[in-house]
Amino acid sequence: MSKSAYSVDISEEKLERVIIVAWVDNEAGVLARVSGLFSGRGYNIESLAVAKVDEERNISRITISTNGTKSVIEQIKAQLLKLVPVHNVADFKIDENSIFKELALIKFVTDSEKLKQAEKICIDFKVEFLDKTSQSFIAQIVNTRREIDDFIKKAKPFGLVSITRTGPLAMSKGSETTRDNKGKVL
Amino acid sequence: MNTELTGAEIVFKALSDHNVEYIFGYPGGAVLPLYDQLFKQKKIKHILVRHEQGAGHAAEGYARSSGKPGIVLVTSGPGATNMVTALTDAYMDSIPLVCITGQVPTHLIGTDAFQECDTTGITRPCTKHNWLVKDVNQLAETIHKAFRIATTGRPGPVLIDIPKDIQFKKGIYKSSETIRIDSYQTNFKGDPVQIEKAVELIANSKKPIFYTGGGVINAGEKASESLRELVALTGFPITSTLQGLGCYPGEDPQFLGMLGMHGTYEANNAMHDCDLMINIGARFDDRITGMVSKFSPGSKKIHIDIDPSSINKVVKVDVAVVGDAQSIMSSMIEIIKKKYPGFKNSNKEKISDWWKQIGTWREKKSLSFNQGKNIILPQHAVHRLYELTKNQDTFITTEVGQHQMWAAQHYKFSKPNRWMTSGGLGTMGYGLPAAIGVQIAHPKKLVIDIAGEASILMNMQELSTAVQYRLPVKIFILNNEYMGMVRQWQELLHDKNYSESYSEALPDFVKLAEAYGAVGIRANKPDELDEKIKEMISVDKPVIFDCVVKKEENCFPMIPSGKAHNEMILGPDEKESISEEGKVLV
Repeated sequence: MSKSAYSVDISEEKLERVIIVAWVDNEAGVLARVSGLFSGRGYNIESLAVAKVDEERNISRITISTNGTKSVIEQIKAQLLKLVPVHNVADFKIDENSIFKELALIKFVTDSEKLKQAEKICIDFKVEFLDKTSQSFIAQIVNTRREIDDFIKKAKPFGLVSITRTGPLAMSKGSETTRDNKGKVL
Repeated sequence: MNTELTGAEIVFKALSDHNVEYIFGYPGGAVLPLYDQLFKQKKIKHILVRHEQGAGHAAEGYARSSGKPGIVLVTSGPGATNMVTALTDAYMDSIPLVCITGQVPTHLIGTDAFQECDTTGITRPCTKHNWLVKDVNQLAETIHKAFRIATTGRPGPVLIDIPKDIQFKKGIYKSSETIRIDSYQTNFKGDPVQIEKAVELIANSKKPIFYTGGGVINAGEKASESLRELVALTGFPITSTLQGLGCYPGEDPQFLGMLGMHGTYEANNAMHDCDLMINIGARFDDRITGMVSKFSPGSKKIHIDIDPSSINKVVKVDVAVVGDAQSIMSSMIEIIKKKYPGFKNSNKEKISDWWKQIGTWREKKSLSFNQGKNIILPQHAVHRLYELTKNQDTFITTEVGQHQMWAAQHYKFSKPNRWMTSGGLGTMGYGLPAAIGVQIAHPKKLVIDIAGEASILMNMQELSTAVQYRLPVKIFILNNEYMGMVRQWQELLHDKNYSESYSEALPDFVKLAEAYGAVGIRANKPDELDEKIKEMISVDKPVIFDCVVKKEENCFPMIPSGKAHNEMILGPDEKESISEEGKVLV
């Protein structure tokens, strides 16, 4: 007989990676509500990006990269939609129906020999150069997570000292959009 | 209206516009302007509790028994943190509360001022929504929104944190008619396509069961009427969760009793073996399902719930209808009447084997007990309490533990809103303050808190509140000197390690009652029980009834964790035979 007051977990469903987008009222505490929901219910946040996207309606778009089983992802969406300031929620699977892009700023500080090699790799990855000095430069790369990971791996031995990344943003391809409960495009 | 009011005046005007009659509260530094305003008006009455948690549970009892939101007013810091348990309790059990907390003045927020805490931060996960009001001109609107959110959709607690300077400041009062909450939508009417599908499943089922919960009660008194009509119309058996007791008459032959961990043999076996489960306003809680992978393996499942996040959260269902239980049930009744006139009779044959099977389960008499001559059994005590109070409109609250389960098993409810218990959170100390709230809402009615001696001590101080307001609540303690449910688990599942579950010292409850200015009664023997219960009922004062019961009695039936509905333990001597029974049933 089990000694626990609760049943044991025997689920073996597959985890999938997904980008969840929530359109929220841009008000105090809304990010805490969203992130608190994730931590409180044991969901994972890989990355998170927030900014106001609609000045007139005062709406922010929160983009969260997460993973979970199919039913967990459905539950995350349902729980998010229950939060009062959330207008709508959408999820973007990592497939060809959506665009995923992430921005990274990467600083290189090293001698001129190594900097040159770093620059070469940067050019291969179509990186934009910002703020060049004789011992340093900052590279800006906009790409998928995998491409950026790849770039970092390759550039690492050549003076790479600091990285900042936004986490992915997602948007559906084609004419498809998400609307709020009044039918307005979000 | 364009005249300027102070924040405190705005609060009371808004409360009055929402027809608030009672506030449960406790004053303190950061709410004094609100208490000034309370003092100046006569319309709204204030019930002064002895601890803020008591205010919260009293408001819950008030709300659950009246269908109206419960209102709480407490101060900043400890006032707010003491409310956290009650807010969480209300959130778990979907009880509408509007809680107003004071906060330090806006310019001191963030400075660790005296009695400052991050109230909205602390209560964010235990409220449906909360607000910190930093602009007096937003105050009225916020209160109107708070009422709407607390009382619509799946009800729940909300909190408004009002800094002291905002209570003093003057601003404009807005009426509630113009308030819009763009992002907040509730589904009221269910999807007609899904409702049709549900009816189709009902028409084709051979082994159906209704499984109903607190959602039916939250959908209003009419929902209970619709449920009764629907159950009568179909002739199907019905079982209820702990929170749903009362929405269907407990003594009706179609009612199989409560289901779940301490549910009846017939209810749990019917849930396990059914071919159609019609869940109305229940949420597949883990005390209901037992082991989810073994939960009702062969059934189609219909789930009616107003909260979309309840659908497929724990158990995958075949037909989900999101909306108000009352509205959906009346649509179903209409369709059944139209599509299948005389359904009950034409369908009788189809479900007759099912009823026969249920009859054999019933013969187990899983709630039976043998009352001897010397010691009172707790089940017997609840049974006698029921028999002696069933002829009047009685309201029962409970604490949490064995006594709660015995109350749920042996007290039969015939009406909704008569049963107030902490189900989701399982808060010991809920029952007495809840009873106070119920008595406020129903001054002439008999209100009994069925309690355990351990639980009652958690909010014992509220007896003082009951005495102050002359609320004749009855505290019926099943006193076994143990934290009985903990002791039971230790006996059955933890090798009889009775670790810290016995109270070596307890107050003399009769003297304690007298010290508070209430009446104390003690019953030791079975033959004096009836007479003393009658005495309790006849006293027009708060009473503590110390019912000394058998110490080691366990609450059965019981589904141990990790087991299925057909793997119940029926009693101390029946462990063997039940596992045999279980095998046959699988």
